[in-house]
Order: sequence, then C-alpha cells, then structure tokens
Amino acid sequence: MNIKTLIFTLVISVFSSLSILAEEHAIHGEKDIKTEIKETIAHHLMDSHDFILTHDLSFPLPIILYTDGNLDIFSSANFHHGTTSHTVNGRTYSLDHGHIVEASGLHPIDFSITKNVTFIMIVFLMMLIMFTRMAKSYKKSALPSGMGRLLEPIVLYIRDDIAIPNIGEKHYKKYMSYLLTVFFFIWIINLFGLTPLGVNVTNNIAVTLSLALITYVLTTVTANKSYWGHIFWMPGVPVPMKFILAPIELLGTIIKPFSLMIRLYANITAGHVVLMSILGLIFIFKGWIGSSLSFGLAFALALLELLVAALQAYIFTMLSALYFGSAVEEHDDH
Amino acid sequence: MDKLINDFSVGLFFWQSLLFIALILLLKKFAWGPILTAVEEREDGIKDALEAAEKAKAEMQALNADNERILAEARIERDVLLKEAREMKDKIVNEAKDQANTEADKILISAKEQINNEKMKAITELKNQVADMSIDIAEKILKSELSDKNKQNELVAEALKLTK
Repeated sequence: MNIKTLIFTLVISVFSSLSILAEEHAIHGEKDIKTEIKETIAHHLMDSHDFILTHDLSFPLPIILYTDGNLDIFSSANFHHGTTSHTVNGRTYSLDHGHIVEASGLHPIDFSITKNVTFIMIVFLMMLIMFTRMAKSYKKSALPSGMGRLLEPIVLYIRDDIAIPNIGEKHYKKYMSYLLTVFFFIWIINLFGLTPLGVNVTNNIAVTLSLALITYVLTTVTANKSYWGHIFWMPGVPVPMKFILAPIELLGTIIKPFSLMIRLYANITAGHVVLMSILGLIFIFKGWIGSSLSFGLAFALALLELLVAALQAYIFTMLSALYFGSAVEEHDDH
Repeated sequence: MDKLINDFSVGLFFWQSLLFIALILLLKKFAWGPILTAVEEREDGIKDALEAAEKAKAEMQALNADNERILAEARIERDVLLKEAREMKDKIVNEAKDQANTEADKILISAKEQINNEKMKAITELKNQVADMSIDIAEKILKSELSDKNKQNELVAEALKLTK
C-alpha cells in the first residue's frame, strides 16, 4: 500500500466516523448537542450486542446467556436495539445500557458473541489465514512471497530485537509463538479500531486483562529457581531486608502484568476518546473555520493513533519479553 | 475504577482468552513453527554458503601461493641450469682454443724446423757446388798458367819477392 492510498483511507475513515456521529445526531436531534456527543463517545467505547454499521445497516449477533445453570441462546434482533424485551424458556431478558438483565432478578452471565467478540473472531481467522499462507510460501522457496514479504521483517524484528536481547539466545524459542501472536493480534485489532467500523476491542479491560494474564501465567510457570529466589529470599542483602523485600517483590510480579493491562487499555481508550471528542467539536462549532480546524486536528490525530496502534503492540510485546527474560535469567549469584 | 469493574465483561474475557490461546496454539503449529524453522534454515544456509565461500577463497589463496612457490623454484632451477650450461660452453670453448693454440704452435715449430732443414740442405748443396766450381776454376787456371814457361818463372819470382 503506498502512502497515497494510506492517506486516502485515513481521510475516508475520518469522514465515515463523522457520518456515524452525524447519524447518531440525526436520531436524537432534539437533545443537547454536547450531551449527545458525550453519549455517542460513551456508546462507542462500550461493547454492543448488535453490530451497528450505520443507522440503517446493522447486524444482529447471537446472545448466549448462562442463567442459573441454563444456557439461553437467541438472536439480538429480538431486543430491537434495546427497545423490547425477549422471553426465552420462561426467562425474560431486556437490555439496560448495554447490559442484559433478567426480569425476575436472576443474574445471567453474558457469553454473547458481541461486536468485540465478532472482531476477535475475525482477527483470529485473518491471522490464521495470513500466517498459515505465509508458512506455506516457505515450502516453495526459501524467500517469502506476497504478504510474507511484508510480515517477515516484522517477525524477524520481534525475534532479533525483542525476544533474543530480552530473553536470551538459550530460552527465547519457547516464547516466540506467544510474542509473535500477541504483537500481531494487538496491532491488527488496534488498526481495526481505527477503521470506521466502530470496533474497539483493546479498550475493554476484559481483553487486556486476558492478555496480561497470559503473560503473567507464562512468566510464573516458566520461571526458574533463581527468579523465585530473587523474590522470596533476595541474595546479597541482610536477613531483615530479605523479609521486607519479599512482599514487595511478590507484589511486583503482579504489578508488572497489571501495568501491561492498564497501559494498553488506557492508551487505546484515551486515543479513541480524544479522536471522537475532536470530531464532536465539528458539530459544536458548526462554522467553517472551527470545523475545518477540528477536521485537520482529527486527521493529524488519526495519523498519531496509527502509530500508537503499532507502538502499544510493540510495548506489550517488548515488556512481556522483558518479564519472560527475568523469569529465565540465570544469575551467577552476585 | 467502579466503572471499570462494572464494565468488566466475563463473556468477553472468556471469548478473548479462549480464542487467543487457540490462536497461539494453532499459529504455533501451522505458522510460527514452519516460518521460524524456514527462516533459520535459510539463515544457516546463507551462513554455510558464506563459510564455504570463505574456505574456497582460502584454499584458492593457498593454491596460488603453492603455484607461486613452484614457479619460483622452477625459475631458480632454470637459472642454475643456464649458468651451468654457460660455464660448460665457456669451458669447452676455452679448451678448444687452448688445443688449437698448441696445435698451431706445434705446426709452426715443425714448419720452422723443416724450413731450417731445407735451408741447411740448400746451403750444404750450394757449398758443395761452390767448392766443386772453385776446384774446377782453380784447375783450369792452374792448367793455363802452368802451360807457359815465362809465366811460371815470373810467378816464382813474384812468390820469391813476397817471401823476402
């Protein structure tokens, strides 16, 4: 993709986001414009049970509920965008601000294929197809072809500049699958977040928690004796200090993945909020100068977000590698 | 924070974890494994090829050095041979010259001797002839002188005068 198409796509994205805002505006025209924008942004940040492309074009998604030991599955079309309730197997469900509630006070656990889950699945399939095709291309020749030509330098970069320097030549191989998957997953899904499709997967704390938890579990499971030694019985410090350091170090092991979770979540959320707020300014200014200024700003910010999408994927991968590195590091006891 | 916890979706967490772990495992088997192996094989291949090239280069250099050495040796040998040949030639030429000189001397000496002999022979012969001729002349003179009485007297007188 050359730079012209890239800019063109960006401009289209910004315009399309505008059209989404405009559509929403058209629906509840009588409300105060500022509240309107705030609600739109809040709505955009939330997961949704339908996949709404525009006001006229939306796809219902399957709703899977686990209530009181029973599995209830039905289509989200039954809610009519939250305006009606639906009764299945004697239980009546309705949508309340994006959450599904049961009329008789039971607490359903929501396993629905929401908009975000749909996009996780799409990225899942995309990556599976992309990388298995890339793997197949190596069978024909030693050099990658097609998409592999773009992806191979990134794969090599992750191996040579993230995995090997942080984990070490000896142990890096067992972490490569995770590092590569997490990098491409976060990057691609962040990029989807910048398209006018209105998805926003990595600004869900559940998603970032899941990712960070895998890093944490991998670190903990693969850690060697020396790692635990440095946590519970820090070598080279006086005994009383060892007792003070142990809880701090132990807390540190949890704080590390916690920071991973918050960093990704906060960066992506902030990016989306700022971008959408600036787009919202266009409707507040309503003038030529203010609106075009907002548009320019939104365009510049969209470019920045494009960088952030890759940067956050890089940081997540880099820090994961760093934590793995500390878990398998071999100290020759100071 | 309350909002975060409130918004936490168990379903999303479940699907994300399930799909993501499945993705890691599937990609590990069908993509990352083959890709990384292929890349490593390629890198090893390149490394091996470079090493082989380096080795071939070193061998070539050794071979060149060998050739050079052999060439130098051959050159030295040639020089030695040439020198020997030149010496031999000089020796032969000198010997030939010496021999020719002695031969020439010998010839000269014998020629001189022969000339001398011939000369002596000629002189002896001449001497003999002169003696014969003198005797003949003397005989003739004596015959004529002694035939006349007066003259004999005169001659005796003269001889007497001289003895006085």
